[in-house]
Amino acid sequence: MREVDVSLITDAVKRMSMEANTRLGEDVIATYAACAMREESETGRSILEQLQRNAEISGETGLPLCQDTGVAVVFVELGQDVHLTGGALREAVNEGVRQGYREGYLRKSIVEDPLRRKNTGDNTPAVLHVELVPGDKVKITIATKGGGSENMSGIKMLKPADGVDGVKDFVIERVREAGPNPCPPTIVGVGIGGTFEVAAILSKKALLRPLGERHPDPYYAALEEDLLEKINRLGIGPMGLGGSTTSLDVKVEVHPCHIASLPVAVNIQCHSTRHLETEI
Amino acid sequence: MSDAIRMTTPLSDADVEKLKIGDRVILSGVLYTARDAAHARLVDLIEKGEELPFDPQGQVIYFVGPTPPPPGRVIGSAGPTTSYRMDTYSPILISKGLKGMIGKGKRSKEVVDSMKEHKAVYFGATGGTGALISGCIKEAEVIAYEDLGPEAIRRLVVEDFPLIVVNDAHGGDLYEKGRARYAK
Repeated sequence: MREVDVSLITDAVKRMSMEANTRLGEDVIATYAACAMREESETGRSILEQLQRNAEISGETGLPLCQDTGVAVVFVELGQDVHLTGGALREAVNEGVRQGYREGYLRKSIVEDPLRRKNTGDNTPAVLHVELVPGDKVKITIATKGGGSENMSGIKMLKPADGVDGVKDFVIERVREAGPNPCPPTIVGVGIGGTFEVAAILSKKALLRPLGERHPDPYYAALEEDLLEKINRLGIGPMGLGGSTTSLDVKVEVHPCHIASLPVAVNIQCHSTRHLETEI
Repeated sequence: MSDAIRMTTPLSDADVEKLKIGDRVILSGVLYTARDAAHARLVDLIEKGEELPFDPQGQVIYFVGPTPPPPGRVIGSAGPTTSYRMDTYSPILISKGLKGMIGKGKRSKEVVDSMKEHKAVYFGATGGTGALISGCIKEAEVIAYEDLGPEAIRRLVVEDFPLIVVNDAHGGDLYEKGRARYAK
């Protein structure tokens, strides 16, 4: 049994919440540049250049990439041979968010109750997903998720007979309906199978994969490519002003499911995709 | 791309009427910030017949909730938020003389109709470029609802804020036109 003090988790969450909000992944920057090369619309190209310039300015000044510094969605893969000491995991994660959002001058975007809507003032609580895994390590992934793109997400319980065409229709219709709202070019996370809640979580986890990487199963790799091509034919374009870059990538994750079910969830991520991971 | 049009707030009916969808506008002057919560309070005051924290006549509202200013800056990151959440409220403010809104994303038919009736314009700013846009903001002061934190109403002074006309006062919609042009 390996002992890990939860203060290490607080420190990691604090550092990553600040860093994720001011630095895009190299995969994201490279994808902006590649899309700008083939974007048909002049306005679209200009927007893709603004995204690159914005990332440079954020890096130079330390200003967040986007004013919506998000809800902190934290995935912890906890090795079952780890004994956490020094306090509760949930509080350690929240303390990391609290410190990171204060010291990083990030926006506090969380209300304590969905209907009475008083801001908590420190961006807590985080949304925390914990999974017990073999080993003696703690893997922490943080995604700072903006509200605008999250609001354009959706889930549908399809019939098995709807099949892959039903899945495609639902995903494409969701992107079409979202139009300019989620800050395209987006990344589209698709969760297929499991149960109602599993499909939703898969669709969020799908967004954590590097841009350009394909699903290891060739069937789903082909589905990702087909969806991306069809979405980019919708014409929505950067910021919805028209163009050939509506999404930067589509990621699919799947799970076994009930003989009666075919759940499909679509989690939409804006172009400013911010997530980091670390292992303790 | 056509040349950008320079404009300074407040805007007149004549300023608004000459703008067409797709026009690039470089805007300077005073803007007021408001998101969902501030809009709800403004409309509540109008319904009660009470005075607003600012007179909307000729003004432009920027839908933004900025990050806190780090030391040495007037404001943090400050890009547009999604506008449809303000659709319930915007027609009432437009009827009180509001001439412009800055945000991103689609507006409802009610908002577009109200813009035609009262002469107002909806500008799109580039979402997710809050660090870039921050450089256009020269002054920022909370004038109402400090308790709302990022959703407080701020009076901003901006210089050369790059925008594009998404919905004009003639019923045009750049999102529809743009998508139709590039759809395959």
